[in-house]
Amino acid sequence: MASLTLHGLTKSYGDVAVVKSVSLEVRDGEFLVLLGPSGCGKTTTLRMIAGFVPPSGGSICIGDQDITSLPPWKRNAGLVFQSYALFPHMTVAQNVAFGLEMRKASRTEIVPRVAEALRLVRLDGYSERYPRQLSGGQQQRVALARALVIRPDVLLLDEPLSNLDAKLRLQVRLEIRALQQQTGLTTVMVTHDQEEALTMADRLVVMSDGAVRQLGTQSDLYERPADLFVAGFVGRSTMITGIVTASGAFRSDGGLVLTCPATALQGPATIALRPERLTLGPAAQGLDNHAPGTVSFVSYLGAMLDVHVRLNATDHVMVQIPNRSDGLTPAVGDAIEVGWPASACLVFPREAA
Amino acid sequence: MAGSMADGRLVGRVALHGIAYLTLSFILMPLVFVTWLAFFAQEIPSFPPEGYSLKWFGAIANNRNFVTGLWTSVQVAVAATAIGLALAVPASLILARRQFAGNAVMSQFLLLPLVVPGVVMGTAIYVFQIETEIATGLPILGSLGGLVAGHTLIVIPWTVRLVTASLAGLDRATEEAAQSLGANQWTTFFRVTLPAIRPGVVAGALFGFVTSFGNLEMSLFLVGPGRITLPIAILQYLEWKIDPTVAAVSVLQILLIAAAMIITDRYVKLARVV
Ligand SMILES: Nc1ncnc2c1ncn2[C@@H]1O[C@H](COP(=O)(O)OP(=O)(O)OP(=O)(O)O)[C@@H](O)[C@H]1O
Ligand SMILES: [Mg+2]
Repeated sequence: MASLTLHGLTKSYGDVAVVKSVSLEVRDGEFLVLLGPSGCGKTTTLRMIAGFVPPSGGSICIGDQDITSLPPWKRNAGLVFQSYALFPHMTVAQNVAFGLEMRKASRTEIVPRVAEALRLVRLDGYSERYPRQLSGGQQQRVALARALVIRPDVLLLDEPLSNLDAKLRLQVRLEIRALQQQTGLTTVMVTHDQEEALTMADRLVVMSDGAVRQLGTQSDLYERPADLFVAGFVGRSTMITGIVTASGAFRSDGGLVLTCPATALQGPATIALRPERLTLGPAAQGLDNHAPGTVSFVSYLGAMLDVHVRLNATDHVMVQIPNRSDGLTPAVGDAIEVGWPASACLVFPREAA
Repeated sequence: MAGSMADGRLVGRVALHGIAYLTLSFILMPLVFVTWLAFFAQEIPSFPPEGYSLKWFGAIANNRNFVTGLWTSVQVAVAATAIGLALAVPASLILARRQFAGNAVMSQFLLLPLVVPGVVMGTAIYVFQIETEIATGLPILGSLGGLVAGHTLIVIPWTVRLVTASLAGLDRATEEAAQSLGANQWTTFFRVTLPAIRPGVVAGALFGFVTSFGNLEMSLFLVGPGRITLPIAILQYLEWKIDPTVAAVSVLQILLIAAAMIITDRYVKLARVV
């Protein structure tokens, strides 16, 4: 067990920098998730940690050992691939034993450790099967057992759930998290599924365009996003563009005058609003900001409803309300009052266009 | 309407099968006739046969040329296949994985012996070996080594092609998985890569072997006194006699190759590789 430190990690292909000076520390036993849109450099970062992509700059340390120039087979990193990458010509037991054989473990040591690893992923009884005789979820767990059995310093997971169906994904997600906590493994997982990221992580890193935008806990990212990108990427929000005219005063491009936190810097800005912070109907009147609008669209989410309200020609907001048959259920075309407190406004300065 | 459409489909299927079987019998006809001929009793083949006999198979054993020819052919084919594989596997790996200038040209180049006529290859190698002999003083032309060297060239296209094809089906991530589990490049190759491309290696070996074993044109230039291959022994025999001994030798050849194919097929399903 150890911590993992990336320092100024950079990767360029020709003139194109795909990972730009990434620095972060994964604490001992921590589950860190790298989250970001497709192509932002998550896999590249993970593969640099595993040793398959030579960095163009920066360093990687496990504990206090610099592993930047070590080949993959000397890194003691357990890697789980999106495609599982099980050895097709070996049985489940042989797959799991492979890493121990490479470590020159004796037969008497290998057998019980393989059995233990398979028990951990609840696959005892499958040891003599071949990978092609297993379901996707079972293959996934073999891959996990194979990575865990070598007691790696860090566990690296690249979209380990993306080949599973929605229901299995939920289950395996919990299993991986439970296993990770049980074994206390320092873990880095890559995903672009934010629900997965939010439910599994101790802390998250949001990346975009090769750079770290924010590192923090779920509530850091959701309630205190560092920039507009994070606000838009983590959770849902609607944006209102305009200008901070004075301390705590905002005027939207559509002419709305809003109260925002006094800390917002003056100048062009965008406000991000989380849909659940908004209130509909008469109760909106008492809030810092309120405006009349027209319901333009309602989407039904089961327990919740998303109500899109147009406030004027340019501004609109999305409001999430509980779906109650007795309560107010707005219909498209209804005139309705929307309101929210100043504290719900996440204000981000914007480069003047 | 529906009935006539079904009828049309039936006619189409019958026609397809008919043509397929016609083509197949056309291909098999020489094999069948040669095999039949090998059992004719009389010396000058004529139809219908006057009777049947196994004596021509016995005659093979009494002909020194056939016996040494068979032995030389087997030796050459085995050696050329082994060397061809040892060269083709690394070559295919590099061609499939490294981007370098001339990569595409190189992969075409390795297949070239398939399309260059055997006589041209034979002449070229003949001249090359003579020149090398003159330059170095080593006895090359007509030696077993010289023959194997030539045959390696015609084995390589098959091994490269089939190994390359099976590499395409290999999941690179399994190799990375092996490395992350502590296997260095060599161990990864022997424990993960090689087992995965085994069907291509085995099929490449088989086709390489058959190509070498049956080669006549190129060998004609490379054999020396006292060291001829089986196809050349057959050719030489035909210059003097046309009795069914030649047919019997051919049957032997067919059986050998068929046996190789059947054994290979039990090991890897050829239909899936080629
Ligand atoms: N070998 C390479 N040569 C050139 N560019 C590359 C190479 N590998 C990756 N890239 C580029 O680097 C960028 C980051 O790729 P990466 O695979 O790390 O993205 P990702 O965040 O994992 O995306 P996804 O969520 O789609 O998996 C992409 O724009 C990609 O095109
Ligand atoms: Mg990726």
